[in-house]
Amino acid sequence: MSETPLVEITGLCKWFGEFSALWDINLSVMRGEKVVICGPSGSGKSTLIRCINQLEEHQKGSIRVDGQEVRPGMKGIEKIRREVGMVFQSFNLFAHMSVLDNLTLGPVRNRGMAPAEARELAMSYLEKVRIAEQAAKYPAQLSGGQQQRVAIARALCMQPKLMLFDEPTSALDPEMIAGVLEVMEGLARDGMTMIVVTHEMGFARRVADRVVFMDKGEIVETAPPEAFFGAPRTARAAEFLSQLLAH
Amino acid sequence: MDSRPPPPPLPKRRLTALDWLLFGLVALGIGLVVWRVNAVLVYDWNWPRVFGFVARFDEERGQWVANLLLQGLLTTIRLAFWGTILAALIGLVMGWWRTCDSLALRIISRTYVELIRNIPPLVFIFIFYFFIASQIFPAIGLETINTKSPWVDNTAFRIAFGDPALFTNFLSGLICLALFEAAYITEIVRAGIQSVPKGQWEAGRAIGLSPTSLLRDIIFPQALRKILPPLAGQFITLIKDSAIISLISVQELTFLATEVAASTTKVFETWILVGGMYFALCYLFAFIFARLERRAGRSARQET
Ligand SMILES: Nc1ncnc2c1ncn2[C@@H]1O[C@H](COP(=O)(O)OP(=O)(O)OP(=O)(O)O)[C@@H](O)[C@H]1O
Ligand SMILES: [Mg+2]
Repeated sequence: MSETPLVEITGLCKWFGEFSALWDINLSVMRGEKVVICGPSGSGKSTLIRCINQLEEHQKGSIRVDGQEVRPGMKGIEKIRREVGMVFQSFNLFAHMSVLDNLTLGPVRNRGMAPAEARELAMSYLEKVRIAEQAAKYPAQLSGGQQQRVAIARALCMQPKLMLFDEPTSALDPEMIAGVLEVMEGLARDGMTMIVVTHEMGFARRVADRVVFMDKGEIVETAPPEAFFGAPRTARAAEFLSQLLAH
Repeated sequence: MDSRPPPPPLPKRRLTALDWLLFGLVALGIGLVVWRVNAVLVYDWNWPRVFGFVARFDEERGQWVANLLLQGLLTTIRLAFWGTILAALIGLVMGWWRTCDSLALRIISRTYVELIRNIPPLVFIFIFYFFIASQIFPAIGLETINTKSPWVDNTAFRIAFGDPALFTNFLSGLICLALFEAAYITEIVRAGIQSVPKGQWEAGRAIGLSPTSLLRDIIFPQALRKILPPLAGQFITLIKDSAIISLISVQELTFLATEVAASTTKVFETWILVGGMYFALCYLFAFIFARLERRAGRSARQET
């Protein structure tokens, strides 16, 4: 099982104008691995995972997804994005389309799948996130938790090799969080490679192979979840965890 | 639950005495103006004479035929129809260019919009008319088209574009008008595209949609719903602005009305009648758009 990593980031730097948002990031994620990223607000967690599918363009360093280098402004970035699912904090379902159409758009447009086949695929994923009965509704008619599960199903419909999650539960009411986390845990059990930005410690303990702690645009500490949450090695991580627990 | 009675009717809004007083005052004001005009002006109203220019009875063919004013109205309707389509197409493309990544396309569309918005319509139309009509049309051979050929002289063509002999004249007016209005539509389209939340773009990119599919499937449908009301306003403006085209001798309603007013000297009747025609046309357009908006609104309510 010692093949190449699915995601390989080396010496990644990213600036917004003069502001250095990411500095010398090195991170490899193997196939089937689950990595949780945490850190204080503004530490660059979102920016890092958005660089992987080029929603943000980086200025320095290299990012490889499944062996292919991802470069800013490259041709064929769509091909890579089709292998990388992304789930946003604010769901971002297509507001003018029914749940089912949200799911079938990608397979039909990107993979040239026949509509009937795409619908079948979509329904199977809606079933998986336990929301099949809402297929005909519009996003605004669903609760936040339901919308987020639809968003996960939409990403899965492209049958990606890698899933990125950017704080998928932090815009949700407490009673909605469990359902979304359950879906994500099921996905993890199925062997999906996942990079998850989250502060859900329980989820991280149960699912993560590694926790990556970021601060001020740098990776400060990488450790297995028990080690990280039990006894962080760095003072910055310790301080962050004590603040997280204080909530 | 079944035992609950139906709701009692809500009180209806009625016109109060104050409303009637207001109406009365307005009517009085109008009456006063009419009385003054009649008293001061020695004017011999003759409506039938002007109505005769709407349609007349052709003795030879033994049937009613459209006369100048109706012909003008039809030309104006044709201008409105094709102008709306052409301006919408140009506006759509230019509006997309205004927001796209390519700097060259952004500069081109921006220049187009600024040029047209900062020149008086009349001046623009004169410049452009003499340019198209005297340079471009002969260059592409439009002047030499045989207007008697069956390709051109048929019923479908006459319904769509009017008299084949006047086609180049009609076309130059149409292009002028469309180019002029499209600059405003460009800005409406741009605002619509930019009003679509960033998250929608990002979600579309994240599932790997091509740029074309992103625009066609995600951005344009959402933008269109937002811009329908200002777009409707601009199309009605297009109909009204089509009167300007009369100055480059396109035989539309205002141009022919000028001729009728001059030859009959029935100035008031002509222009009141023509005003009524424009009103009816614009009001009809507004009505159609209001229905479209209601339909879009219904599905939008479902979505929000
Ligand atoms: N488009 C942008 N333009 C300028 N600065 C930006 C932009 N996006 C992010 N930043 C800055 O980059 C830094 C990192 O932002 P990022 O969103 O990655 O943080 P984060 O760790 O995800 O924070 P949070 O937990 O609040 O989501 C922040 O200081 C932010 O202000
Ligand atoms: Mg973030």
